[in-house]
Amino acid sequence: MTKKRKLTIAVSGLNAVDSPGPGVAVIRALREAESFDVRIIGIAYESLEPGIFMHNLVDKTYQFPYPSAGVDAILERLEYIHSIEKLDVFIPNFDSELYPFIKLEDTLKEMGIHMFLPTMEQFEERHKVNLNEFGEKYGINVPKSKAIHDLGAIYSISSEFTYPVLVKGKYYDAAVAYNMEQVKTHFNKISAKWGYPIIIQEFVHGTEFNVTGLGDGFGNTIAAVPMRKQYITDKGKAWGGISISDKRMLELTDKFLSQTKWRGGFELELMKNKENEFYLLEINPRMPAWIYLAVGVGQNIPEALVKLALGEKVEPFTSYKVGKMFVRYAWDMIVDMEEFQIISTRGEL
Amino acid sequence: MKIKPNIAVSDSGFVFNPDTGESFTVNPIGVDIINYLKDNKNTGEISTQIRQKYNVEQPTFEKDFDDFVGLMLNYSLVIND
Amino acid sequence: MEKLRYERPLIKRLESEMPNKFGMKAEHFPKSHIDGVAVKDLLEEHGSPLFVISEKTIRNTYQRAKKAFSTRYPKVQFAWSYKTNYMDAVCNIYHQEGSWAEVVSGFEYDKAIKNGVPGKRIIFNGPDKTISDLTKAIQNESLIHIDHLDELYTIVELTETIKKRPRVAIRVNMDTGVYPMWDRFGFNYENGQAWDALNKIMASGRMDLIGLHTHIGTFMLSAKAYGVAARKLADLALGLKRKYNHDIKYIDLGGGFPSKNTLKGAYLPGNDTNPVFDDFAEEIASALLNSEFSPDALPLLILETGRALVDDAGFLLGTVISNKRSSKGKRNTIIDIGVNLLFTSFWYDHKISPAQEFTHFNEETTVFGPLCMNIDVIRESALLPLLNRGDHFVIHSVGAYNMTQWMQFITLRPRIVLIDMNEKVHIIREAETMDSFNKFENTPEHLKKFEL
Repeated sequence: MTKKRKLTIAVSGLNAVDSPGPGVAVIRALREAESFDVRIIGIAYESLEPGIFMHNLVDKTYQFPYPSAGVDAILERLEYIHSIEKLDVFIPNFDSELYPFIKLEDTLKEMGIHMFLPTMEQFEERHKVNLNEFGEKYGINVPKSKAIHDLGAIYSISSEFTYPVLVKGKYYDAAVAYNMEQVKTHFNKISAKWGYPIIIQEFVHGTEFNVTGLGDGFGNTIAAVPMRKQYITDKGKAWGGISISDKRMLELTDKFLSQTKWRGGFELELMKNKENEFYLLEINPRMPAWIYLAVGVGQNIPEALVKLALGEKVEPFTSYKVGKMFVRYAWDMIVDMEEFQIISTRGEL
Repeated sequence: MKIKPNIAVSDSGFVFNPDTGESFTVNPIGVDIINYLKDNKNTGEISTQIRQKYNVEQPTFEKDFDDFVGLMLNYSLVIND
Repeated sequence: MEKLRYERPLIKRLESEMPNKFGMKAEHFPKSHIDGVAVKDLLEEHGSPLFVISEKTIRNTYQRAKKAFSTRYPKVQFAWSYKTNYMDAVCNIYHQEGSWAEVVSGFEYDKAIKNGVPGKRIIFNGPDKTISDLTKAIQNESLIHIDHLDELYTIVELTETIKKRPRVAIRVNMDTGVYPMWDRFGFNYENGQAWDALNKIMASGRMDLIGLHTHIGTFMLSAKAYGVAARKLADLALGLKRKYNHDIKYIDLGGGFPSKNTLKGAYLPGNDTNPVFDDFAEEIASALLNSEFSPDALPLLILETGRALVDDAGFLLGTVISNKRSSKGKRNTIIDIGVNLLFTSFWYDHKISPAQEFTHFNEETTVFGPLCMNIDVIRESALLPLLNRGDHFVIHSVGAYNMTQWMQFITLRPRIVLIDMNEKVHIIREAETMDSFNKFENTPEHLKKFEL
């Protein structure tokens, strides 16, 4: 057997908790990559992110400034980490990291750190505030949405929508409202936390499906795996899911990729209504926490993403195993306080 | 006022309270103060030591010291005599 | 042995919180010098607090803006928005760079004239132009941007006595897809008011209709809206061409570009997210170039941007008065700068940098001003290094509006200094004194004496 090359890859989203970040799943996929070996650098924001303490997966972890600290602070920390670790690839896994990292992509490339992210235009366009325009532009069914900025605009909702409606925050949070009073309550609650606008969205009844995949930036589908959630936690996260073979979902994914020329990993949240029509509810501009299912069915998306980031040619995956399930579980690690102390005071472990 | 005997502070400024399971971080001058408290130094002695090491006037330090110890009391890290 | 720099002792409980993607903003870097001049020296010489304006930053920013537009569009003219900062020294930097003046009151108009701006190079905006203001503006051949029909009729009346043709434009308001839509100024595009006003002007035959103006909002975070605005004004211009074969000379897209400040409630810092001159220039230039203006009759593009040009050139230097702890245990820091001087703290999370070295230890702090008034809060929550009483700090990006909207309240207003291109410091406005303040007061004879 020839010796595989070794890549140093930084991965964030180590919060493998009940509403998990994708980092740990991505790392598992990278460890199983056939085309390279890895040294994994964990990027953590808080000192209790479980991935920090998973030494069989993560070689070294650095604490990192929040995106809200600004591009300069992020770059400063990154330069420090890079001076020690000589990173080949950086995979940011939080939505909120994407804006600064897309801005930094060229700078990082000059430093020798490769990423494979959507363009700023793609990132902005798929934002839920812009979902209506997105659907129109690319001919994809989306639930009717309206962004509202003040309570006064709520009164027109009854004439434009039928209840129930979804009340969504700009970045996170969503609640179902069955009447105007409830819209008001959710509007106040969500806007207090995430600011304006608030998005009112048609509630599509039906079954939820998800697709994860990878676009090469030229409109080609490199990977796509559809999944149906089997068990959903009270936070709305899949705790179990199964790979399925729905041609129309794959067609929709191909259409999304060929139309937008999406670059990078993604997750599409879809709803199938009683008439068997698919609606695109949301586009997550990164790999999902259940990405390891894709590996399990034969499409190692993180590995392919790393190769694309390095500018290598990747053959598209053409098949996957249908009917494979993932069942998530919780695992209590035993951690010495010493380790917690080190990451808390030195910001490295 | 005394620091609880089972409270330890590491050089890097990590404090663990085994009674409550809470952990804390302190800055270097805080580490100094906790170590002086462990040596049973009184407020006057601590103030003198600190002013030898750091560039600070007595009233400023004593105000900050009271605030610091007040928080430690609040966190059950020290007990009043 | 030399003593170490003092930092107050700090103990922080480690909260076991998971990343909620919304962390605190840490403001990391010390700002000890402005254009090579030490903050410490500035405060020693001129007192605390102190406004500092960097001429270098003003000129650099102006050049950047000019380049962004003039590389994309052949005819560009800036007009300095006086209300944003009407210190004469500041205005004159812009005039030296080639800016005209944009004023919104008789007071500002006179200031521009006094600064030496030719009447023809003054744009007169705003809803409140008195008859004497208008008379002056007509005689000086200034560009009068009509805000409402009453003003239009007043100008028509004035032409009966003044033997000059007023040079006018109308201000247009419109839906550009942004919220809130500013519809209180000027004539509405969508409902036909604007077209109606243009017809009235043309029908009067007594004025030279030379421009179209809009100003779609403030601190605009979408560059696209400017493309919409430019297209709508171009459409009006085209209507005039068709109906009257009349060419307008300029299109004035007003201002509203953001500075690098971070709006309250925004998650990512403004420095990272706010569009820059190139973004706006791209939208505006392509909208105009792609419109039906014939290439030899392209109108002059006027921009009245104020905030984006001057905000980042202004710094407010101050001193820590005290550190306290609130009843709830939160750290409070009182500084000698209140909302009387920093009006913009009502809508920005202004960046605050210590002016001296500090360690990486920091504490979540509420920053209060010195006023005896509960709303005097500069930052509700900032993650700040451990500042001692007497320490200095720099508040960034305060050049826009603060030196015009500041209040003489409870205390007197401080000096403003300008650091020139050679790093020389000039006082451009003296600190107010009891005398300067009392000059305006008059106590009636019977109220001059009392016994206590």
